[in-house]
Amino acid sequence: MSIRLENVSYKYDENTKEKSYALKNIKLEIKKGEFVGIVGHTGSGKSTLIQHLNGLLKPSGGKVFYNERDIFETGFPLRELRGKVGVCFQYPEYQLFEVTVLDDVCFGPMNFGKTRQEAEEISRRALLDVGIEESIFHKSPFELSGGQRRRAAIAGILAMEPEYFVLDEPTAGLDPAGRDQILNLLKELHEKKGIAIILVSHSMEDVAACADRVVVMSHGKILYDGDKREVFSHEKELKEVGLSVPFYRSLAGDLRERGFMIREDVLTLEETKDAIMDILRKKRNNA
Amino acid sequence: MPILNIKNLIHKYMTYDDSEKNQEIRAIDDVSFSVEKGEFIAILGRNGSGKSSLAKHINGLLLPTEGAVYVKGMDTRNQEEILQIRQSAGIVFQNPDNQIVGAVVDEDVAFGPENMGRPTEDIWRRVTKALEDVGMTAYKEASPNRLSGGQKQRIAIAGIMAMEPECIILDEPTAMLDPQGRQHVLSLVKELNQEKNITILMVTHHMEEVLLADRVIVMQEGKIAADGTPKEIFSQVEKLKKIGLEVPPAAELAYELRKEGIPLKDQIITKEELVEELCRFV
Amino acid sequence: MLRDITIGQYYRADSLLHRLDPRVKLFGTLVYVITLFLHKSPVNYVMSLIFLITVIAISKVPVSYIIKGLRAIAVILIFSVLINMLFIEEGKVVIDIGWIQITDEGLETAFYLGTRLIMLVLGTSLLTFTTTPNQLTDGLEKSLGFLNKIKVPVHVMAMIMSIALRFIPVLTEELDKIMKAQTARGIDFESGGLLKRVRSMVPIVVPLFIAAVRRANDLAMAMESRCYHGGEGRTKLRPLVYGKRDLAAYAVLIIFTIWMIYLSFYSPWR
Repeated sequence: MSIRLENVSYKYDENTKEKSYALKNIKLEIKKGEFVGIVGHTGSGKSTLIQHLNGLLKPSGGKVFYNERDIFETGFPLRELRGKVGVCFQYPEYQLFEVTVLDDVCFGPMNFGKTRQEAEEISRRALLDVGIEESIFHKSPFELSGGQRRRAAIAGILAMEPEYFVLDEPTAGLDPAGRDQILNLLKELHEKKGIAIILVSHSMEDVAACADRVVVMSHGKILYDGDKREVFSHEKELKEVGLSVPFYRSLAGDLRERGFMIREDVLTLEETKDAIMDILRKKRNNA
Repeated sequence: MPILNIKNLIHKYMTYDDSEKNQEIRAIDDVSFSVEKGEFIAILGRNGSGKSSLAKHINGLLLPTEGAVYVKGMDTRNQEEILQIRQSAGIVFQNPDNQIVGAVVDEDVAFGPENMGRPTEDIWRRVTKALEDVGMTAYKEASPNRLSGGQKQRIAIAGIMAMEPECIILDEPTAMLDPQGRQHVLSLVKELNQEKNITILMVTHHMEEVLLADRVIVMQEGKIAADGTPKEIFSQVEKLKKIGLEVPPAAELAYELRKEGIPLKDQIITKEELVEELCRFV
Repeated sequence: MLRDITIGQYYRADSLLHRLDPRVKLFGTLVYVITLFLHKSPVNYVMSLIFLITVIAISKVPVSYIIKGLRAIAVILIFSVLINMLFIEEGKVVIDIGWIQITDEGLETAFYLGTRLIMLVLGTSLLTFTTTPNQLTDGLEKSLGFLNKIKVPVHVMAMIMSIALRFIPVLTEELDKIMKAQTARGIDFESGGLLKRVRSMVPIVVPLFIAAVRRANDLAMAMESRCYHGGEGRTKLRPLVYGKRDLAAYAVLIIFTIWMIYLSFYSPWR
């Protein structure tokens, strides 16, 4: 059970030359239940990449497989695939259009053949999952705060009950509290519901805090793909392509250079604190 | 004389919901502060804390319900001086696309001086200089649609610089940019402050951006919750967290370590400071 | 797909035509269109054609690029030519295939109509190829300035037009994003009757409309903050001043007009 890209290339414009490749020979397999972070800067191809996962873009070369079936072979139910692989684009709140929040969330499931009643039931659950209370269900999406609107839009994808949930910069423009809400939601969906999450982000911190596996993209190619601790150990190489490593990873590197031999693969506040305390305790015991 | 003087500013508006209950909301609730020429101030706060409304008041886009806002001694409520105020304190908004008027870069930068009624030669001088200031001279004849978000935002800043202001207000100028674009815009803002002595008021919720400022004003529910240097503000880890704001990771780690009984010095906010301090223990 | 439309876009080049005052170009376009419809004598056609070819040559806009503009009107063009060919019954029948009868007059009318339409589109699109939207609106604003006297808000109309032109690509991109997002939510454009298909546009049109309003609101605020207060007392980065070449161009255009009027109404070849 997976989505697999086999040597996928994508050209912006079929008629132009070499330079206009957005993706080049991408090999990537994402299995059910994974939590993958995709990082890279604007123009690295990550937005183009995710549009291949649900068949919104057709590769110029190579193939895309969903559960080992070519999604562009004739007769493949492409529209159904879009229910299985939910994609939430940047600033998803701008696609809200219904009169009430609940109606809007129902849009997705009803497109996939659910009756109004079934759709409403699923949508209610999805809205509660993203932390939107009953009292807001029948409000207009435009009465909500920015963070609420974003979460309502996310619920709209969630209500399609996807197996894979792809999110492009879901925290862009939110304040820290709004951002934490979204990231916690993703962790919960992954852990409790077993939904595979593919998180596209500029923020190394966000990716380090949530994902298990990290894919680094640069100039339309995959530069690294692996366990997050392994990928973030390439601080120098990542800096060369203009990317950073998470703050705590970089702090650990600096400390070690100064002879403070903390373990190097820390990524979060908790881990770093524990690692520093370990060393300081040992020192105290030795003294 | 301070360049900006905000006195007991109150901004109220009404909301109407289905139940017909009209609610009066105070977006800004009795705020007073003044800004001296050349300061770099960051206004920090959660979404909805009133920080964007405050920015609009300084430019006279919103007018006080009570209290007053003075720019170089001019009252924003005085309609006769409003153009003077807007030239002195220009504002750059969040969405780079929605503030570019011209279909060509130089024509957009010229928009302000054109409205000010400057003679043509003077408009050219200002446009040329403003584009130089933001490092976008090479793009003067480009179409804004072909530029990146960060470049568009620099054009927006050039559009303000062409009015030769003393103060620039930036309302979350980097919220829609990628890290590179953000870096470019921030270093430009810092440079304008240091080299051209432009007073900067930058609204943000990114704490890395706050570290560039000389002074931080923290807004919470329409009120000023704290006002001080970045070091003073960010050493109050608990208070900031309660407000729902981010703390620089170095400050947060230092705070956690202190809680464990490690005697780290106060006011650590950068990685370098933390490394330096921790190395004292080995 | 929307990006393929070249008609109405500016083509950057350095030519005499690009440097002409927009008012001259507006006048020239007007003269060209009027003379095109003056009379249908072959001599007039040849004259208009020579005028068009000369201007295209001066403009330095690649011919292939200009021709691409015809794609946008291809359907209308073919349709009107066919209608004329098939439904004009006067004259001598030259082609007779069962129920289809084409007369010589039908053919003639269709030919004139087709060429007229093509020449009309090519000529007028040259105006937008060689004139930036801002110059165009400036030119219109100045040329129509006399309407101010009868309380027509010429400046406001010109400003609206230039903002509309500025935001067309922005909103096109927005439309593209919204369509993708709703496709990802399983919207079905293909199946169902007319009513269902029209309804499937709602999730696209509503967000687009809201986006346009949001942008308009932001832009209004940004303009105000940059001291915009209407056209009064506004100066220009590129004020419109006639140069020698503009006056020369006017002279050429006036001679051309007189010549065309002579050809149409008084000459032996009319």
